[in-house]
Amino acid sequence: MATSSSRSCLQYLFHLAHDNLDFRLPEIKALLALRAKPFCPCENFKEKVPFWCLDGLSEEDVRSIMARSVCAKSAFELWGHGPTHTELRTSLLNYPLEKMKPFMHKDSTYRINVYTFNTTLEFADRIKKIDAMDYLPFEGTVSLKSPQHIFCLLEDYGTDPNNIPEHPNYIYFGRWIANGQRELIRSYSVKNRHFIGNTSMDAGLSFIMANHAKVKENDFVFDPFVGTGSLLVACAHFGAYVCGTDIDYNTIHGKGRSSRKNQTWRGPDENIRANLRQYGTEKMYLDVMVSDASKPVWRNAAFIDAIITDPPYGIRESTRKTGSHKDTSKPPDGMYVESHVPVSQAYHLSDIFTDLLNFSAHHLVMGGRLVYWLPVYRPEYCEEMVPLHPCLQLISNCEQTLSSHTSRRLITMEKVKEPEEVDSLAHLSNPRFSPYQGHNAFREKYFSGVNKKCGKEDNISEVNGQ
Amino acid sequence: MKLLTHNMLTSHVKGVTKGYPLLIKATAVKVNEVEFNPQFVSRMIPKLEWGVLVQAADWLGQREDLPAELVSDYEKNDDFLKKVHRVLLEVEVIEGCLQCPESGREFPISKGIPNMLLNEDEV
Repeated sequence: MATSSSRSCLQYLFHLAHDNLDFRLPEIKALLALRAKPFCPCENFKEKVPFWCLDGLSEEDVRSIMARSVCAKSAFELWGHGPTHTELRTSLLNYPLEKMKPFMHKDSTYRINVYTFNTTLEFADRIKKIDAMDYLPFEGTVSLKSPQHIFCLLEDYGTDPNNIPEHPNYIYFGRWIANGQRELIRSYSVKNRHFIGNTSMDAGLSFIMANHAKVKENDFVFDPFVGTGSLLVACAHFGAYVCGTDIDYNTIHGKGRSSRKNQTWRGPDENIRANLRQYGTEKMYLDVMVSDASKPVWRNAAFIDAIITDPPYGIRESTRKTGSHKDTSKPPDGMYVESHVPVSQAYHLSDIFTDLLNFSAHHLVMGGRLVYWLPVYRPEYCEEMVPLHPCLQLISNCEQTLSSHTSRRLITMEKVKEPEEVDSLAHLSNPRFSPYQGHNAFREKYFSGVNKKCGKEDNISEVNGQ
Repeated sequence: MKLLTHNMLTSHVKGVTKGYPLLIKATAVKVNEVEFNPQFVSRMIPKLEWGVLVQAADWLGQREDLPAELVSDYEKNDDFLKKVHRVLLEVEVIEGCLQCPESGREFPISKGIPNMLLNEDEV
């Protein structure tokens, strides 16, 4: 790792949005992996702070990461940094002049921004901070409206809003390179989406999932619990061809009751294809089908680049598959042998995950990723509960808290091995699935927790015991 | 339903050992223009069952001059890729059904969307 005194290679400063903290590192790592670049943080790296300093990247790498990231706000070529303005000055004056010059010559126009995290400064104070930078050899003219180069002084006042220090904890100065894709959260908001359902995925999380899945141009992306297609919309934005299935005929055909407050029935053109059309990505639409995710409707071939999905947990949507109640005594490996029979049968969460992992092992291309949400009853959660598969390597596991006792975890896995006969059966008896066994196992806990709000954490074991 | 999807689908009817390819019985077929993307078509070709694609295009009367054998060096052959693009992504079965070649079970396609669910009467 290069130190600040021996900069052979430029360092870049990433400014990250201070929400979805758990999801940021896997996102940036996945986007780096798309560029075949390792994640090389500078010394004193802390994951939960808003500023990350990274080594070993080119400006091109940084631009391509910013063209995808919804966790990062912006990125800078780092010219200097330090815990005080004096140390920042020393650091800046150590920065090689020949690297500054191209952006400071007298024909150039520039602007300096001041950004503070966890505090706001008066206009006059910001001007003072800019004036204090006069030791830098700027020769160009200031242009506030359309500068050729933008520089930024970034001050970090910590992450505790109740304890804001008088002076910043750390200061950075750099040349602005690019902004991230935070704008997508607004422009793809489900509020303005043509076709939505009760469980439509939030736009920001949909893009984060697509990034965790390393979705790229010309990929074939599949969602086996597609619903209204929120995840496909995000993947199509990144240039992937998208396909999905759902067991619910009405959702796939856009029929039935509307999820909107002031509308009773869905309109004639409310479907996934229309959603893609709304965002100009209808050309990325392959197909959607009415199909049961527990049944093998695809021929045995590895043709999917990414599987990205939000399986039903039985809270706001029911978990079901086709099949008769008669064969519930059969082992749950029925995916490839079981008959399909009458309509809905309870689809146990443990079976959903077994099927999803087996499906991914068989149909993902090598190196392809599976990204899905795992519901968690927090008092019971331990890492061992995350379903594993011999052909899939766990890449990341990020928590989004839903309530004091429940959360969902975004699980990312990568296919590392072609499945063999034994692999699909390897973990059927695995005790780690026990929390998800039984129909509506998670639903029962979810609601038991809600009803026993007054109970203390240690009462929870009784709840589980019932 | 596009023929790319058809190429990947198989019958999952109980007891069927040779459920691929599904027969297509179409009553309405549409050709929608889709932006040509040679990279995607080139990526998909090695994943296809070529003979099945040609046969499916034939069934729908959309084969035109698509060759029976996959040409070599297709990545550089835009002419050929455009023909593949057309049958893979532009030709769509709007109404009709997919039929299991062994059991004869039919899966309806309505408004371009196949329904692969098996019904209660098949208990």
